[in-house]
Amino acid sequence: MTVDDSRTIRNMLLVTLNNAGFETIQAEDGIEGLEVLEDANPDVIVTDINMPRLDGFGFIEGVRRNEKFRAIPILVLTTESDAEKKNRARQAGATGWIVKPFDPTKLIDAIERVTA
Amino acid sequence: MDMNEIKEIFFQECEEQLAELESGLLRLNDGDRDPETVNAVFRAVHSIKGGAGAFGLDDLVSFAHVFETTLDCVRSNKLEPNQEVLKVMLKSADVLADLTNVARDGGSVDQARSKQLIRELEALANGTPLPTASAAPAPAVAPKAKPAAPAPVAEAAAPAANDQGFTPVAFSFDDFGGDEPEVSELPAYDIIFKPKSDLYTKGNEATLLLRDLSRLGEMSIHCDMSDLPSLDQLDPEAAYFWWKISLKTDKGEDAIRSVFEFAEWDCDLEVSKVGGEGVVAESDLPMQPVPFDLSALDAESDAPLGVTEEEENLVAQRDEAIAAAETANNVVQMAGNAARAAASDKGAAAAAAQNNAQQASSAAAPTIRVDLDRVDRLINLVGELVINQAMLSQSVIENDANGTSSINMGLEELQQLTREIQDSVMAIRAQPVKPVFQRMARTVREIADITGKSVRLVTEGENTEVDKTVIDKLAEPLTHMIRNAVDHGLETPEKRLAAGKSAEGTVKLTAKHRSGRIVIELSDDGAGINREKVRQKAIDNDLITADANLSDEEIDNLIFHAGFSTADKVSDLSGRGVGMDVVKRSIQALGGRINISSKPGHGSTFTMSLPLTLAVLDGMVVTVAGQTLVVPLTAIVETLQPEAAAIHSFGATQRLISIRNSFCPLVDVGRILNFRSTQANPVEGVALLVESEGGGQRALMVDAIQGQRQVVIKSLEANYTHVPGIAAATILGDGRVALILDVDSVVSASRGQSLQLEASLAAAG
Repeated sequence: MTVDDSRTIRNMLLVTLNNAGFETIQAEDGIEGLEVLEDANPDVIVTDINMPRLDGFGFIEGVRRNEKFRAIPILVLTTESDAEKKNRARQAGATGWIVKPFDPTKLIDAIERVTA
Repeated sequence: MDMNEIKEIFFQECEEQLAELESGLLRLNDGDRDPETVNAVFRAVHSIKGGAGAFGLDDLVSFAHVFETTLDCVRSNKLEPNQEVLKVMLKSADVLADLTNVARDGGSVDQARSKQLIRELEALANGTPLPTASAAPAPAVAPKAKPAAPAPVAEAAAPAANDQGFTPVAFSFDDFGGDEPEVSELPAYDIIFKPKSDLYTKGNEATLLLRDLSRLGEMSIHCDMSDLPSLDQLDPEAAYFWWKISLKTDKGEDAIRSVFEFAEWDCDLEVSKVGGEGVVAESDLPMQPVPFDLSALDAESDAPLGVTEEEENLVAQRDEAIAAAETANNVVQMAGNAARAAASDKGAAAAAAQNNAQQASSAAAPTIRVDLDRVDRLINLVGELVINQAMLSQSVIENDANGTSSINMGLEELQQLTREIQDSVMAIRAQPVKPVFQRMARTVREIADITGKSVRLVTEGENTEVDKTVIDKLAEPLTHMIRNAVDHGLETPEKRLAAGKSAEGTVKLTAKHRSGRIVIELSDDGAGINREKVRQKAIDNDLITADANLSDEEIDNLIFHAGFSTADKVSDLSGRGVGMDVVKRSIQALGGRINISSKPGHGSTFTMSLPLTLAVLDGMVVTVAGQTLVVPLTAIVETLQPEAAAIHSFGATQRLISIRNSFCPLVDVGRILNFRSTQANPVEGVALLVESEGGGQRALMVDAIQGQRQVVIKSLEANYTHVPGIAAATILGDGRVALILDVDSVVSASRGQSLQLEASLAAAG
């Protein structure tokens, strides 16, 4: 499942993940992400941080509050390379992160790292 | 979908983000201090940067990065978004738009300008005084600026520098396949890995980390289970196991640490090179060597890695304990869920946020994106439907005179429905003029900068909707008019102050709907038109005779003549070779009219009236020399039946009609269009009084009026070729093609003499 407010990045994620053989469900922000979470029942979540309505931190906290998804791998996709943002994402419950600029290889590598 | 399509999406999105950015900055400029406004502005730049990075658009990324950094200062209240700051930011938004366009269409940007803005943005972010453009002329400073300006791209590409010592996910597992290095010569590392329970709650798994580690080289693992308490004290969520790992690899310590990148905070990790400085003391704990077997993972074995067979029964016990604990947990949870949700501040807040957002999402009108081609196809089909319906009605009326028949009633309903469908389809293409108005804000800023004038742009009615084609074609004439208004209309601050006005000039742009058209007004509070100068220039250019007696309005409208410029010197702006005549032509090409009114000392107002759509037209169907023509209803002021006494001949060909004691030139449409070789007798026809360009009136002579109806416009140029005097064509209810008259061009075809004629008439009395 991917959560990003940018149509560009959403489509890139979709193409990259589809090419790597993943089925992908998209959400445009944290709120939509939480809304579709149960139905999507994803194996791994890739989320942006900076989003309207509900940002990545809030979204991750929301996912972790759901008993069913408390241990699901969540990767944060963000241009922020500073440690503070990463730390906040981690505290919210993120499993790992992928530093933009978006690179398909990095994305797939990171997903493979956190999934069996 | 391929990368090119995604890139197209990116540029579309950029346009939206740039509009969002500018409107947000303008709101801040108006004193809006809502954090969400600042956030939206930040997000817009951030989003552009993110997408640009993915496509390797380095110029765009580096500018967006500096811009974003400064915006972040505003977001975190380190920088007050005052007028000065926002001025820099609005200019930066312009440059960002330029860079986006260059990234899409090629070309180059004004490097000096973007470098200057980067310096200004950095100065704002650092809280240092703004470097002035005059003090630092671009060419002299450009080389100096290089070391000062960080290279954000490089920084983004290698974030390790300012991270906490780890590299991002930069290595590829592919590197580790293939040729096996000679094991014995490889450096050996001892690794101690003690996960904390947080590791598991964040979705990391020790097994996956060990798997990745094993890919670095030859590895053996010892699992320590000495921390495992007796079952009654077992916390199912705690981490009890830890591992001691021996790894032989030539990838280095960094590669080892990067495996634990995501887990660094949630485990104790010691990495030491065997034989190196920090040799770990041999653990006193009894350890069993465990062969690390990846196939266990592949087979989805439930047995945790590093657990030997002897201990599996222990693990089984542990699993049972976990299961039991979880069951117990669930029961407690079910009972306590409601209470917990209420008690947990975070939970309640999040729930509230979710509710709010849900309300917000239901309040916002949902939208879908549709390809423009599809809409146009629909519009075309509806056009055909309208024509078909009209033809059907007509043939029914011709064949069945009985107006009460159910067929007639059905037809009326069909007509009603068709009209509604047509209106709805047109509404799909209608868009607010806001984006065009926003672009004008930028034009004003640029011209104000170049001319050294202080200008405020006020816009009204930005949400007025009009057909997309009209909007698209509006930008160019409007830009030129804005340039003129600032360059020629407004005075310099000194002159303004001397005239008792504020130093800052105001340009006002408004849009509104008026009787089925959109009216756009552009006014300035400048000096107004210098009529003496315009008149003199017109005489010099042989546009009018020296003794012509023109009304103020007529003099003002002279500026729409080709090659007319009253600027004393050709400035940077007026040197672009576009005059108001071109503006007028583009407005006319849209089926619009443009007028100017001016008050000396108080400014000028341009008024444009444009059709809401270019697809349909309300027209009067008339007959001229056996041909059926359609005259746009908006052009017609009134219709009248001329009486012989009202017709006056003037010279060999000119005729005038007196209407309520004023004279108006008669124009025989049939003659102008070469439908007939001699002029028709006005008394036998009908005169359509139309308003022409200069505001003057003409009486167009036609043979008869058939009626009024809405017609679907079919481009003549697209299907045939341009015909002078004809704007377009349409298909009537009886299936015949009718030409739509271009009133202004018919009038101007008859104009040459009549302007002078009017002048001499006016002089005569």
